[in-house]
Amino acid sequence: MGIWVSFFAVIALVLIPLVGAQGAGQYLFGIVIPYVAVLIFIIGFIYRVVQWGKTPVPFKIPTTGGQMKSLPWIKSNPLDNPSSTGGVIGRMALEVFAFRSLFRNTRVELREGPKVSYGSNKWLWVAALAFHYAFLVVFIKHFRLFMEPVPGFVTLLDSVDGFMEIGLPRLMMSSIVLLLAAIYLLLRRLAVPQLRYISLAADYFPLFLIIALAGSGILMKYFLRVDLTSVKELVVGLFSFRPTIPEGIGAIFYIHLFLLSVLIAYFPFSKLMHAGGVFMSPTRNMPNDNRAKRHINPWNYPVKVHTYDEYEDDFREKMKEVGLPVEKE
Amino acid sequence: MYNKGKIITGIVIFVLFFASPFLYGLVKSGPPPEPELSPKAKEAKLCVEAKEYMVESHMQMLNEWRDEAIRNGKRIYVATNGKEYTVSLQNTCMECHNNKSKFCDQCHNYAGVSPYCWECHIEPKEK
Repeated sequence: MGIWVSFFAVIALVLIPLVGAQGAGQYLFGIVIPYVAVLIFIIGFIYRVVQWGKTPVPFKIPTTGGQMKSLPWIKSNPLDNPSSTGGVIGRMALEVFAFRSLFRNTRVELREGPKVSYGSNKWLWVAALAFHYAFLVVFIKHFRLFMEPVPGFVTLLDSVDGFMEIGLPRLMMSSIVLLLAAIYLLLRRLAVPQLRYISLAADYFPLFLIIALAGSGILMKYFLRVDLTSVKELVVGLFSFRPTIPEGIGAIFYIHLFLLSVLIAYFPFSKLMHAGGVFMSPTRNMPNDNRAKRHINPWNYPVKVHTYDEYEDDFREKMKEVGLPVEKE
Repeated sequence: MYNKGKIITGIVIFVLFFASPFLYGLVKSGPPPEPELSPKAKEAKLCVEAKEYMVESHMQMLNEWRDEAIRNGKRIYVATNGKEYTVSLQNTCMECHNNKSKFCDQCHNYAGVSPYCWECHIEPKEK
C-alpha cells in the first residue's frame, strides 16, 4: 500500500514540472520554488533540532556495546562505552563517518529443528556507506555549478570521480554507485518479508524520490543533455540573489531541480532528519559515567518532604505515651 | 533548551555550511561566459549540426567521431543536412574554431570541465 502511494507521488512530482515549467512557469520552478524549498529546509532543520534540544533527558541511557569503565583491572571499551568527552566524540565520529551501529546489524533465521540462528549481516552497512558517500561526492561536485570561479577541490574531485574516462561526458563512478545503492536499499525493503511488513510510505517515498533525483541527473548528464552554461547561469543567479532564467534549458533540468526542491523541503519533516538527529541522540552523545557523576533529571520539581526528625517532633509525646522508642528525648 | 552552547554551535556550523554557496555568490560571482566565434566560424554560419545540438552535445559527437575514426577507420561524417565532413578534431573543428582560449575554454572553465582532448592532440596555435 505505502509503496504505491509513494511511487505514484514521485511520478506526479516528475510530471508537475514537465507540464508546468514552460513560459512563465519557468520562473515558478526555476526561482520561486527553489528559494522556498531552501528556506523551509534551513528553518525546518533548526526548528527540529531546537525541539529536540528542549526535550529533557531524564536519565543517562547506557545502551552500549562495550564494557563500562569500572574497576581498573576490568578492561573497559572506551569507544563503545565512553566515560569521557573524548570517548563520546570518538563514538560519534565512528557513527557519523562509518555507521558503526549498522555494522552491528544481524540477521535472525528460523531453521529446521526448529532452531533459531543469528548471523552477521553487513549488506545494509555496505550499501548505506556506499549510498551516503556517493551522495556526498555528487553533492560536493555540484558546487561546480554553484560557484564561479569553480573552487579547486571540486575540479580535483571531478577528475578523481571520472578517472575511468569512459565516454564523454566522462562516466562518474559516484552516479552509478549512488543509483545502484539506492535501488539496493529499496529492493532490500521489498525482498525481506519482515522489512516489508514494517515499511511505510515514509520509508519508500524518500527512496523513490532519491532514485528519481539521481535518475533525472544521470539522464540529463549522459543522455538528454542540456546547455550547461545556461544551467550554471541560472544556478549562480540563484546563489548570488540575482535570479535569471536563461532561455532554452530543457525540461529535464526543471524536473531535476523540482525533485531536489521537494527533497530538501521534505527533509526536516521526515526520517531524513537522522542527519541532525544522530548528534542529538542520547545513546550516542552521552558519556556512560553513571556511577562517577550524578545525572539530575531536569524534570525534577521541588518535592515536599517530611523527614523523620520532623515527624518525631510532631508526635514525640504521643510516641512516648505508648512506649515507642524515640531518637531525641 | 539543554546543552545550549553545543546545540547552537552545531546549528551555526550547519547554517554556515549550507549558506556557503550563497555567501560565495554574494562575494564573487562572475558573469556567464561569452564564447567568441572566430571570423571564419561566423562566416560559415553553420556548424556540423544545428547550434543547439552542438552547444548541448558536442562532446558526445566528438566521442563518437573518435571511436569511429580510430576504431573503424570511418573518416567521413554525413551531417543531418547531407553535407560531408572529414572526421578530425584538428583539421575540421579547430580549423574553423581557431580561437580555443576565446571559444572552447570560455564555457569549459565556467562549468569546471577539463576535456582530455589535449592529452593526445596538440593544441592549435592561435594567431
